[in-house]
Amino acid sequence: MDARYAIEIDGLTKRYGSMTALDRVSFRVERGELFGLIGPDGAGKTTLFRLLTTLMNPDEGTAAVDGLDCVASYRQIRSRVGYMPGRFSLYADLSVEENLAFFAALFGVRVADNYDLIAPIYRQIEPFRTRRAGKLSGGMKQKLALCCALIHRPSVLFLDEPTTGVDAVSRSEFWDMLAELKAKEISILVSTPYMDEADRCDRIALINEGHLLAVDSPRGIVSAYGERIYTLSGGDMYALLLAARRLPHVRRCCPFGAAHHLSVDADFDAAACRRQLADEGFADVALQPAESGIEDVFIKLMNHE
Amino acid sequence: MGNFGSFIKKETLHILRDRRTMLVVLLIPVVLMTLFGFAISTEINNIDVAVVAPHRTESVRQAVERMASNPYCTFKGYIPSDEIDRVLRRGEASAVAVFAADYDRIAAMPAPAEPAVQLIFDASNTNTAMSGAAYLQSILTGASAQASPVEMRLLYNPQMRSAYNFVPGIMGMIFILICALMTSVSIVREKENGTMEVLLVSPVRPMRIVLAKLVPYFMLSCINLATILLLAAYALDVPLSGSAGAIIAVSLLYLVLALALGLLISTLAEKQIVALIISAMLLMMPIVMLSGMLFPVENMPAVLQAISYIVPARWYIEAIRKLMIEGLPFAAVWREVLILLAMTVVFIVVSVKKFNDKLE
Repeated sequence: MDARYAIEIDGLTKRYGSMTALDRVSFRVERGELFGLIGPDGAGKTTLFRLLTTLMNPDEGTAAVDGLDCVASYRQIRSRVGYMPGRFSLYADLSVEENLAFFAALFGVRVADNYDLIAPIYRQIEPFRTRRAGKLSGGMKQKLALCCALIHRPSVLFLDEPTTGVDAVSRSEFWDMLAELKAKEISILVSTPYMDEADRCDRIALINEGHLLAVDSPRGIVSAYGERIYTLSGGDMYALLLAARRLPHVRRCCPFGAAHHLSVDADFDAAACRRQLADEGFADVALQPAESGIEDVFIKLMNHE
Repeated sequence: MGNFGSFIKKETLHILRDRRTMLVVLLIPVVLMTLFGFAISTEINNIDVAVVAPHRTESVRQAVERMASNPYCTFKGYIPSDEIDRVLRRGEASAVAVFAADYDRIAAMPAPAEPAVQLIFDASNTNTAMSGAAYLQSILTGASAQASPVEMRLLYNPQMRSAYNFVPGIMGMIFILICALMTSVSIVREKENGTMEVLLVSPVRPMRIVLAKLVPYFMLSCINLATILLLAAYALDVPLSGSAGAIIAVSLLYLVLALALGLLISTLAEKQIVALIISAMLLMMPIVMLSGMLFPVENMPAVLQAISYIVPARWYIEAIRKLMIEGLPFAAVWREVLILLAMTVVFIVVSVKKFNDKLE
């Protein structure tokens, strides 16, 4: 095991009965890195977290956290990592400060000892410190959970979908906080189903159905796998989607929020396609070239699997 | 590592914040004691006795006088023999004592060839009829020692007061209910809410956290123990004739046993509802049916008797009866105490062995 890495995973496999949740997954997370695990629900993200936090043992392969083997040295790992499960896992009937005090006691530290680490986050929820945790808003719950996971100054922080179910503003604030923690040399593994959050990470791993699709920086992934992308919108979006899939030189067309994304090959002629769509009765369609994003790459890699 | 005190504080807060549950827990003993003490009663409170006596001789009058002066009997007057059925049917009396025409002669015989008194009972309630008949018989036999070949004396509980019977039973049940059921549900709740996941990823051995959970429930049960003993002594007039120290000592052992049982259930169950069902079906049913609380163990079929040996409440109730009602010293219950102790050790060892500090 190489202690230079915060996390080192090699050929990790986990099965539940006949279902393979993780299939020979390998990657490394550098110290002080903010590493994102990007994938839809059921991709195997939570299973990977449970293996790395020593809550489960792998069927094959090895994993090391902070230079310690996840199976052999699981007790030592448990005192060095901070873990925030995907589900809200604090005590709803305890107040904000009672929760924090309990988790400090759990790790044998006093809140005051590491207050500097959590202060920027805790200050935001401090006005509500006597409120029961169950009565907090989603964003505040996440902040409290993060404080509780940080109170013992872990060397590696595991955050399983911390922004799921949180409003857009709180999500953005949350990522700002992670950037601050990274500056304090805490290695962070964070998972998210939101592709737009991938850009906030140093490096990301794309994962689907237990398979690792790609590992690189967000920019590196886009430049390695990106394609020519056009956005298409206007009128009856569903009919437009079906029509676009019949256009020449279009590899893929997927609905993408307000506009469809067309992945096209080199011979694609935008002007000819606009004419063809107009002939089919689609008036006022907008077809514009666009930058390929993580989500485009994800869909491409997913379909190639 | 870790601060045991703050774990206990956290558990205490959980209990205190759940006001409704806490109230139920504190009131259960009061409700059960009141219910069994005053409403569900098989004891002899009052037997209305009418008497048929063809010749009211001096000895007949003496026997009737003894019945009338007994606090548990009410003398309803003399009636002619053809009135017996009507009086019983209309509920004017629940029993009729029919004295033989030659009562004096038969009662004086050293070995009577025929009965001197016939007791006719309204047995529509079998329990009161059986115990009432036995009690009335004991009053009448006292009249002339030679009147019956079998002399019956009910020791320790001559009025057959049901409180003597059910107080140990209720204690056996309540402590299992609170310690085993509530602790197991509270531990399993951590699994179900996902907080166990966070607790496991910490330097503290999960067993310590679980043990800290048991402390407040132990204290809660001690309050219940005090409530039950005070109610028994002052509201239901149970004599508590044995040493109170021995009763409390055996009860504390039983509390620990119940907590260990709760711990065991929590290691087996993944969901609160499962813990509840295990507690209710595997603990409450055998306690009520097999512990001797309602039905005497001696009257059960051999198979059920064999099963009752592994019901902890059976041994506890037996020990408490000996101490509380018979007034025996602590030395008389060493066998029960040893069995309870052994069961406690087994429960603790098995749950520590079975406790899983992983999720699978």
